Amino acid sequence: MSLGEFLQHGMSQWIRGGGPDDDIIVTSRIRIARNLQDIPFPVLQTDSHADEVIHLVQQALSNKSVQQIGRFEFVRCSDLSALDRYMLVEKHLMSRDLAEQVKHGAIALTDDEVMSIMVNEEDHLRIQCIMPGFRLAEAWQQANRVDDALESLLPYAFHERYGYLTACPTNVGTGIRASVMMHLPGLVLTGQIHRMLSAVSQVGLTVRGIYGEGSESVGNLFQVSNQITLGETEEEIIGNLSSIVHQLIEHERAARRALLSQNRGDLEDRVCRSFGILAYARKMDSKETLQRLSDVRLGIDLGIIRGVSASILKELMVVTQPAFLQKYFREELTPGERDIRRAALIRERLRLDDTEVH
Amino acid sequence: MLCQQCKQRPATVHFTKIVSGEKSEYHLCEQCAQEKGDFFAKAAQAFNFNHLLSGLLNMESSPGVPVPAGAPVRCETCGMSYTEFTQIGRFGCPDCYDSFSARLDPLLRRIQSSETHTGKVPLRAGEQVHARKRLQQLRQELQRAVALEQFEQAAKLRDEIRRLESQFGGEEGR
Repeated sequence: MSLGEFLQHGMSQWIRGGGPDDDIIVTSRIRIARNLQDIPFPVLQTDSHADEVIHLVQQALSNKSVQQIGRFEFVRCSDLSALDRYMLVEKHLMSRDLAEQVKHGAIALTDDEVMSIMVNEEDHLRIQCIMPGFRLAEAWQQANRVDDALESLLPYAFHERYGYLTACPTNVGTGIRASVMMHLPGLVLTGQIHRMLSAVSQVGLTVRGIYGEGSESVGNLFQVSNQITLGETEEEIIGNLSSIVHQLIEHERAARRALLSQNRGDLEDRVCRSFGILAYARKMDSKETLQRLSDVRLGIDLGIIRGVSASILKELMVVTQPAFLQKYFREELTPGERDIRRAALIRERLRLDDTEVH
Repeated sequence: MLCQQCKQRPATVHFTKIVSGEKSEYHLCEQCAQEKGDFFAKAAQAFNFNHLLSGLLNMESSPGVPVPAGAPVRCETCGMSYTEFTQIGRFGCPDCYDSFSARLDPLLRRIQSSETHTGKVPLRAGEQVHARKRLQQLRQELQRAVALEQFEQAAKLRDEIRRLESQFGGEEGR
């Protein structure tokens, strides 16, 4: 299969599509945790409990009322190869925990992979809606519709005072986690990011780097999400997050403008240097890949590089990860071999576009 | 220092192994350490969210958080004990919330903004819950209206509350 075809197939809508403010917002994501009454949470589950949950969810998903909202394909983790499971992890559709929960886990996905439902992860159900760009309200609407349809068919565990009951007390109440993945090279390059992020964490939100260990963020990608799930309504939670994200977008745009007007030469050099390395290097580790891609994406957004599709950052940040690389090259690869193949794949992807560097 | 395995990436995982008095040192990068087996991965994960959470859960001796006498120490439905819960940071089943509720509220106040849900209510859980939530909301509005001396508005709210109460009270009696 050619790379073009490979990218056409099996790519979630959030990777290929665009949306509002997608020069800064990579994805908007809503995840809702739900559990079924009278069945122990997955941490205490026996095989028969797990089967019961899977059976009930599968039955509900094949009901007409749910199918009108979304046609889900349902599959047990045990019926997926390890490679397929980790590709779902790399597409942000499955958690690493569920990928390892082969015996009891299952996942349901819509065709465009906008909606997904993890079954028997930490909670019985984790309903997720992921969209490209800044579309939190829309993602919540869609996830909420699926939740309503499932609720009419499944006996959810709900407590009058505590709300939706979840395995972990940090999710109880609304069970909602709203998150936005942001690309913030401007704030990083102008040295404002730490001040910004510590301010964000003081208003009840959590920020973390998408890739990289600990506090380090690779590729200037950050995820901002709500921390509190109990005591606020879903609309309040999403509203708070949205208003903070709006402010972050404004600061990022201002930082980018400042870089262009005060430091254009350095910025162009950085962007074009990274483009050259991606286009010609023979070995790339995943950290450098993300760093260079971030520079190139910034160059595209600021008009320094033309002809390269803006989706290249999302496409390559997914496809250059271990499971996708091994799927594309159809063989098991050691980390050293992966670096060589990763560089080859990036060069090939760049050749698909008609680049012009200004 | 470069990773002794791949000799390409910087070594970030340093590890000394002593087996029957024989000492060997490892200096590996993250990736090679992961390939070496899950000992390294596990060591790296030792300080994680679960540990932090169970630390919070074990803060019971802190002042101002009295533990009521006679609170059950085990959930009758699933058999999980409160101690087990504090260790893994996860409940065993939905009933654990009621079983441990006496100890739960102070905890929820610490990790959440309150201990009462104000968000979505499932339609199926019945109109009762909806009515009760609506009543709560109306009573708050009434208080506000009285405080602001908006008596016309307050009268309207009072009538609405009475209407709901009579409906709801009837249901409760059944």
